[in-house]
Amino acid sequence: MSAILQILFDALSLGSLYALGALGIALIFGVMRLVNFAHGDVIAFSIFALLWPSTDAVAVIFAGNLPWFLLVPFVLVMGAGLSVLAEITVFRRFRKASPATMMIASFALGFVIRYFLLMLFSSRPKSISLLPALSQPVEILGARIPLLQVITIAVTVAILFGLTSFLKRTRFGLEMRAAAENFTMARVLGVRANRVIMGAFALSGALAAAIGLILGSQTGTADIQMGANVMLMAFIATVIGGLGSLPGAVIAGFLLGAASVVMQVTLPIDARPFRDAFVYGAVILVLIFRPQGLLAARGTKERV
Amino acid sequence: MSLLKLADVTIRYGRLTAVRSVSLSLAEGEILFITGPNGAGKSSLLRAIAGVTPPAGGRIDFADHDVTGRAPEDIARLGLSMVPEGRDVFGSLTIEENLLVGTGMHAGERGWRARAASALEEVYATFPILKDRRNAQAGLLSGGQQQMLVIGRALMTNPRLIAIDEPSLGLAPNITDQVYERLIALRRQRALTLLIVEQSSTRAMMVGGRMILMRGGQVMMDGDASAMGQSEAMQDAYFGYGEH
Repeated sequence: MSAILQILFDALSLGSLYALGALGIALIFGVMRLVNFAHGDVIAFSIFALLWPSTDAVAVIFAGNLPWFLLVPFVLVMGAGLSVLAEITVFRRFRKASPATMMIASFALGFVIRYFLLMLFSSRPKSISLLPALSQPVEILGARIPLLQVITIAVTVAILFGLTSFLKRTRFGLEMRAAAENFTMARVLGVRANRVIMGAFALSGALAAAIGLILGSQTGTADIQMGANVMLMAFIATVIGGLGSLPGAVIAGFLLGAASVVMQVTLPIDARPFRDAFVYGAVILVLIFRPQGLLAARGTKERV
Repeated sequence: MSLLKLADVTIRYGRLTAVRSVSLSLAEGEILFITGPNGAGKSSLLRAIAGVTPPAGGRIDFADHDVTGRAPEDIARLGLSMVPEGRDVFGSLTIEENLLVGTGMHAGERGWRARAASALEEVYATFPILKDRRNAQAGLLSGGQQQMLVIGRALMTNPRLIAIDEPSLGLAPNITDQVYERLIALRRQRALTLLIVEQSSTRAMMVGGRMILMRGGQVMMDGDASAMGQSEAMQDAYFGYGEH
């Protein structure tokens, strides 16, 4: 029983990370058909924003000693800020470009962010102690679950509810949903393109920062590569979920997390090092039967 | 005093010229039909007016502002609402949400729903079917209902001019009758200016008003719809007889 509970929490917390990542990618894809491959580097950037530039193995803390209720908003603002800056300086110039051009621009931006961090901090992972109180285990029905996992899941659920009601109940949310479905028509109805796109980038950046916080607390290190794996899985989740579909991205993120964890414990010992190959194999199978993704997004048709 | 004025407007897609140096003006409260065969440049002209496709040359004035090359959302704020061909409802949004999209620009974030409520009631009074199904997904509506929805959605922005591209496209004739009945009633109630693109001139002749005939990206004729419809010159202009 406690073993199953353990697996369940592992699956949900890993799935939460993928779901948050996929949501960040899907939000931007929805409004501007851009697959933002710089997303993973925004994750890393928002954690490094807590440190002073140094090449030492032990991080020199800048804002990292703030109490959590200041630290969390600080990191979120850093992520959102970088993301909005990227929109204004880079992506705005590519609005009318083809999706392929925008995608390459996002790769380039990702490299710029990564090498900027490399220059300031070197490639060596740094040990940090971010929100150390969260590494305590808690006992739930006989299973010892790291508090961080419980918080990760709870925060993700809260973010999902918050984002849903934002999209459903506010004017800005409505404009964003309309723009994601048919951008030109939304503009013809007076919806400001720049506002909607900047809002999507800000939300996406804040989501990336939330992932950074979770990863940083979990591993106790800041690494310029830390966002890469989540970014890859999150991108796959958005494709499986149906590019541009927010619920699809979230569901697929959780499914991927669950598949990874379940394969980790059920595959024969010899096959476990190849777990990711099995996960990607399952992804290929899904796409063979549903090439449009689990929930195909609307608005992929021709624009006005 | 003209509400909308086009001077030498030219529209190109790459090397293809869709509209060649078109000039026209539309007075406040007027109803203007733009007719002509496929590929005449009617839709392109409408999209240029709404700011969707910026013209390659010429100048467009709306409500005393030079709107040439301005963004669609800016032109919408001046009171021009375009209803594109094929209707373009937001299929995943409910009917009420579709209607509310265009109200954002006149209201702040706080209490915008309350402020939009009276406009909503007005549209529901004109199109009761929309009220009955207000929480249904717009993608599930029939073609005629979608047409009413997009006209209602345009009205929600409280426009001075509505430019509609082929309101009769894909609709049964009796449904088209209903759509036009509402449009004409609305025009009377709100002193709306209407710019309607239709492929055939029949509807223009029935409704009356001014009519422009376009072919090959140019204005061939401009005059009173009912007088023009009967003339042989009109037939020639439409089909291009007499040029070969």
